[in-house]
Amino acid sequence: MRKYVPKDSVQAKSYYTDRFWVAPRVPRLTVEDEHFLSVLDALGDDSKESYIEVGQLVIHIEATDNLRIIKKLKEECGYTQCSEQSAVDYLAQDGEFELFYQLLNINEAKRIRVVCRIKDGQAIESIHPLYKSANFAEREMFDMFGIKVNNHPFLKRILMPDDWEGNPLLKTYPLEGDEFASWYEVDKIFGKEYRDIIGPEIRDPAHIDREDSKRFSRVGYEVPFGSEVAEAKSEQEIEYSKTLLVNYNSKKSKILDERR
Amino acid sequence: MAQHQVNYASSAGLPIALTSVDKLVNWGRSNSLWPLTYGLACCAIEMMASGASRYDFDRMGTIFRASPRQADVMILAGTLSKKHAEFARRLYDQMTEPKWVISMGSCANTGGMFNTYATVQGVDRIIPVDIYLPGCAPRPETLQYALMMLQTKIRRESADMKKNTKQDLTVQTGRRARLI
Repeated sequence: MRKYVPKDSVQAKSYYTDRFWVAPRVPRLTVEDEHFLSVLDALGDDSKESYIEVGQLVIHIEATDNLRIIKKLKEECGYTQCSEQSAVDYLAQDGEFELFYQLLNINEAKRIRVVCRIKDGQAIESIHPLYKSANFAEREMFDMFGIKVNNHPFLKRILMPDDWEGNPLLKTYPLEGDEFASWYEVDKIFGKEYRDIIGPEIRDPAHIDREDSKRFSRVGYEVPFGSEVAEAKSEQEIEYSKTLLVNYNSKKSKILDERR
Repeated sequence: MAQHQVNYASSAGLPIALTSVDKLVNWGRSNSLWPLTYGLACCAIEMMASGASRYDFDRMGTIFRASPRQADVMILAGTLSKKHAEFARRLYDQMTEPKWVISMGSCANTGGMFNTYATVQGVDRIIPVDIYLPGCAPRPETLQYALMMLQTKIRRESADMKKNTKQDLTVQTGRRARLI
């Protein structure tokens, strides 16, 4: 049987994982700081869960109330800066995105992370009316995750080209790109009919073209610099080692079968 | 440039040098190569250093031009992202013939360490390259050497640019064909 490969995450995985290894985790402490307690008092029931992580207060809120709660944090608790806003893909695990807003209170020198979760396909309200810095951050989130932001003044891709397909920071997006990504520049500049001429991307850093007589010397016999493939064929077929030069990629079967 | 000294004419007070058109034209082309200021990433810092006083490209007749219309050489210095590939090709198309391309650094040659969805895996996918300059980033001396290699290449070429085939390296396999 073929090994089961989960399709919801195509990111690179480690070859071996220890079953008993537990990922170290930053301890979550109860809130004791005076300022943070006053913040929690101001929020009341809006905060579903709150704890201290690395000296920062983390507050979990309902995603639909984000604008109202963050407005309260800004106007009543003095969090006048939004230094970062983005999302984390937990679609494979929970079917949800985790959105976070990193807020800064300059007078108190305190930071808060406001965390909320939205389902796949659900939109979030923009906090651009409160923080102008959220403009680019929300555009980047839209670009990288495809999360729609309601009432955003200019919701458009910010890093990738406008005609790009796919959202690169999703776990389902391969690091080396899907088919669209690998042909993007060729399609755009020359057109799709040039795909055959230009050829696929060479991702192998140790790639050697055995028929290339200009950059590599031919294995087995010498040909003049710049020989074409046809004239470089010798009359007598060269015998290569059957064990060393087996092209494993051409066979559908497993490598193990080849070595048996 | 001059290949033969014709003595009988110089005796009359006329210095005459004979040469071929190819050699004369290529002498002119190779000794005033004007590159486009086209820095894409960190290699551009080395390219700027090459142009500045310490390494001094000017003494080789190489003066950076800010317009593709005035440039002969395109030095692709750095990582070419897929979003930017279109503009790089447009700048190349805007350059007047004759034109040459130096691919500077690992990223421009092969994509380098950026084995990702957003990086062009070698600028020769979109632009015909004359000189591949290795290094990450190549030192200014290396860029100077690449330019000198390009000069020797130009001196070998025909003055008629139509006779010079570009990107011969990748023609034969059929996997990557000639880009014009």
